Amino acid sequence: MLKKLFVAIGEYFILLGKAISKPQKRNVYLKLLVREFYDLGVNSFGLVLFTSFFVGAVVAIQMYNNFSASSFPIPNSFVGYATKTVLILEFSPTIISVILAGKVGSYIASSIGTMRVTEQIDALDIMGVNSPNFLILPKIVASVVFNPILIAISIVIGIWGGYVAGWATGSWTKADYITGIQMYMPSYFIWYAFLKTAVFAFLIATIPAYFGYNVKGGSLEVGRASTQAVVWTMISVIIMNLLLTQMFLS
Amino acid sequence: MIEVKELRKSFDEVEVLKGITTTFDTGKVNLIIGQSGSGKTVFLKSLLNVYEPSSGAILFDGRDIMTMSREDKQVLRSEIGTVFQGSALFDSMTVEENISFPLDMFTNLTYREKKRKVLEVIGRVNLDKANKKYPSEISGGMQKRVAIARAIVNNPKYLFCDEPNSGLDPYTSNVIDDLLLEITREYNTTTIINTHDMNSVMTIGEKILYLRLGIKEWEGDKNMLTTAKNKNLIDFVYSSELFKQLREFMLENDQTSLINDKPEENNEKID
Repeated sequence: MLKKLFVAIGEYFILLGKAISKPQKRNVYLKLLVREFYDLGVNSFGLVLFTSFFVGAVVAIQMYNNFSASSFPIPNSFVGYATKTVLILEFSPTIISVILAGKVGSYIASSIGTMRVTEQIDALDIMGVNSPNFLILPKIVASVVFNPILIAISIVIGIWGGYVAGWATGSWTKADYITGIQMYMPSYFIWYAFLKTAVFAFLIATIPAYFGYNVKGGSLEVGRASTQAVVWTMISVIIMNLLLTQMFLS
Repeated sequence: MIEVKELRKSFDEVEVLKGITTTFDTGKVNLIIGQSGSGKTVFLKSLLNVYEPSSGAILFDGRDIMTMSREDKQVLRSEIGTVFQGSALFDSMTVEENISFPLDMFTNLTYREKKRKVLEVIGRVNLDKANKKYPSEISGGMQKRVAIARAIVNNPKYLFCDEPNSGLDPYTSNVIDDLLLEITREYNTTTIINTHDMNSVMTIGEKILYLRLGIKEWEGDKNMLTTAKNKNLIDFVYSSELFKQLREFMLENDQTSLINDKPEENNEKID
């Protein structure tokens, strides 16, 4: 079991070595990159917006409830501050990345896996195309560039969700909430959030690509690889989250 | 010309190819036949270096693919066209984009030049009305023709086809066979076809290599099939009742060829 894991890690890095190299043909690569921006990034907008809005609202309501139950008075403006901080530090970079690991990860693993079982990857190799570079590099670049944009949007929409929740429930005023979100927060929190997102984006693009690229068999194996890819990507994101938090915030 | 010398390939402890030596001539349709599990696909994929052979040599006009540098291999691969059993067309590309792909990747042609070349081969394989369609929107026979068009668009010196007739009706199979024969003549390619289709064997088999259990059991041409003495080959080629009767008829009437060409000098080899 452990040997298998080490072999897989070794294979993963060998595949990365092949993938991260100069593209053979720049215009073909740019075309693929644009498509990946659309498939991996633009296509995830809806899910990110929906999730962020409702989670932002839930976080704000829970903060308000906890603050109200506190034995010492906490101003309502702290609802806005806490919501903002939770969204920036944890929810948007980590939870949205975990959600994207499910959505984008399964797409990457199944699309590359299908190409493997239908001999499309063999066709690329026989033609003399560096297939890992052709298939995986555009996905890495698209994810690492686009996911931070998604996360930035997620933060904004989440904060807006909290604002709407206050307006809908009448528990805190708009002015309190806005005062809260304008409270000082160290700027490196933002850098930390985006750094985390970029690292997670790299994992989200490469781990499923590894599973898809190494599929053997038929459609059943593609399905299995897709599930395994999502599980291992989520595990990696969560472990990396702990390491990065310890490195940058402790 | 492709020369294969003592080619061996093992997977773990199992030896699948057991020292195959043969030659595939330029401008000819070379067929590899054999039962399922005989090692045909492994042989074809070893020639293409998808599987790295365990030992032996594969010379493409004197260049050994097994010892050449990565750069030389890249150059050689751009001279190879391949038609896969399942066509292996790129799902996300239209017919035209699929065919244009080798030109996009390996040439510096202008858009206009590429377009002209693509339309030329689309016409060559009679796919004029399908160029804007995706592979999922066309029939199996059309997919095979797109795969052939993609394989020949960059004027390959070597054309490899893995069961190009599988899953096709007899009429479409004939169309594909004729197309492959014409292309071999027209482009003077060394064409190697892996097939189960006895109709192809009888009509376009200019050189036939019969594999059994990873060994070359027989080689010759279509005209030598009727009089071949290898029992395994006879049992395999004439396994259907129709072909058996046809063979008996031909032998009774002292006719060794199905086609109107004269039998060549008997150079049948039995290993």
